[in-house]
Amino acid sequence: MSDLRELYQEVILDHNKRPRNFRTLDPADRRAEGFNPLCGDHLTLFLRLDGNTVAEVAFQGSGCAISKASASMMTDRVTGTTLEEIEALFGAFHAMVTGRPGDTAVSPALGKLAVFAGVCEFPARVKCATLPWHTLQAALKDQKSIATTE
Amino acid sequence: MSVPSPSTIATPARTLDVNRVRQDFPILRQLRQGHPLVYLDNAATTQKPQVVLDAISRYYTRDNANVHRGVHRLSEQATVAYEGAREKVRQHLNAADVGEVIFVRGTTEGVNLVAQTFGRMRVGPGDEVLVSGMEHHSNIVPWQLLCQEKGALLRVVPFTDAGELRMDEFERLLTPRTKVVAVVHVSNAIGTINPVGDIVRLAHERGVPVLLDGAQAMSHLSIDVRALDCDFYAFSGHKLFGPTGIGVLYGKRQWLESMPPYQGGGDMISSVTFEKTTYNELPYKFEAGTPHIAGAVGLGAAMDYVAAVGHDAIQTHEADLLAYATEVIGSIPGVRLIGTARRKAAVVSFVVDGVHPHDLGTVLNEEGVAIRTGHHCCQPLMARYGLPATARASFALYNTRTEIDALRHALENAKRMFGA
Repeated sequence: MSDLRELYQEVILDHNKRPRNFRTLDPADRRAEGFNPLCGDHLTLFLRLDGNTVAEVAFQGSGCAISKASASMMTDRVTGTTLEEIEALFGAFHAMVTGRPGDTAVSPALGKLAVFAGVCEFPARVKCATLPWHTLQAALKDQKSIATTE
Repeated sequence: MSVPSPSTIATPARTLDVNRVRQDFPILRQLRQGHPLVYLDNAATTQKPQVVLDAISRYYTRDNANVHRGVHRLSEQATVAYEGAREKVRQHLNAADVGEVIFVRGTTEGVNLVAQTFGRMRVGPGDEVLVSGMEHHSNIVPWQLLCQEKGALLRVVPFTDAGELRMDEFERLLTPRTKVVAVVHVSNAIGTINPVGDIVRLAHERGVPVLLDGAQAMSHLSIDVRALDCDFYAFSGHKLFGPTGIGVLYGKRQWLESMPPYQGGGDMISSVTFEKTTYNELPYKFEAGTPHIAGAVGLGAAMDYVAAVGHDAIQTHEADLLAYATEVIGSIPGVRLIGTARRKAAVVSFVVDGVHPHDLGTVLNEEGVAIRTGHHCCQPLMARYGLPATARASFALYNTRTEIDALRHALENAKRMFGA
């Protein structure tokens, strides 16, 4: 049960129940869709940019608690950051959730996102956590195709 | 020698001693997260009894050689084992002759074989292939590929909210343009047992041949291809307590004779020159290359096992599990059962308010309960219900009411955890 509590921390359950920035942005500078064909998680991400900085970000969609909380907390975290910072954050996040249990030195830059460290114990759920990030990347690259974790 | 009284004649048991059956499956003895393993993902694959494991081991230990070729003793033994398995399949399906029993990798390959040989021969521009809305992707995509190649149309028979095929629509969609009907016997996603007898009869009245996808049906029902009168029947060994990588395509001899080969290679030929190849007789025409001999042997052993336990006993036991699970799981507040057809195999698909199926699967796993979550390779069916995914508990002959209680317990914990 301890691994499970590690995975579903209160903050994750809270973001699942009350996702932040869960709305559309209209107009939006960027918009991207993410889809996980394995479990049907689906989200649409909306971005407003101010030069090189994410001014506002919101999302819509449906998915499991991990993907929803990940999207919610990601939108909180990346608001006001530069595109370069986001790139580095995604790298750190990815390393954390795919790392070997126990030996992951979590980057301090991740801040609250460190609650997703427990995901690395559940390989089948890694893609749930990273889908919003892949979608964010697609939005920043202005990719037209649907982002997947494949 | 005295004549045995009727009560002493060995017939398969009418009832099933589930505790004894469980002893036959070594994998079920393990603990998961400190809990007994509760394996409820039988629609994905079934566990293997010791007799199947032993048969495979014995084959490799004692009989292994290539089939149909060598004159040495081992090759004869391997051939006897392989062809003996084919005869077991013939009996299990009540096929007319062993030439109608083709070993393939599984249901998927069986459907592809028919689409790529029979389908290509029969379907032309403007023709139609008729499938149902509850097909597994493996009984959709092969026909889609065919239709794209031929300029034909894939038509879909809808189903009701309960998960029952609209037979009125089926009849309406059967037209002179319909060249093949391909329908799933038992839905893997929601458990519906389709009225395949009626489907075959109605199609045949209009001269349309029928392929049945029997992947799910095999472990739940007793199959008689001659009584069904279907033209093709495909299934996978691993869903019938046999190994992966082996399955069967049954086809009526008249069709198989008329069909071109699926793949070329060794074993499927009678003679080869660079100018001309003569194909081997049935079933070898469709079995190019060295087959999965050990797989066939394992499947034969699995069929012996099922016969020994008894189809009637299995069906009675599973009917009890289905009724119990439907009641117990269906009565949990916030749980909605998906698929409530009147005729169902022991499959319970459901969604829980406020808990995504994927999270359910992870939480249940922590209590040793293995269920499947997702779209079950039936995305069109999921779209019909407007769901991205469901949770699915699918039962087999070794499952118990106690395990359904464990499932309920785990579900209630999950609900609590997510505040649902």
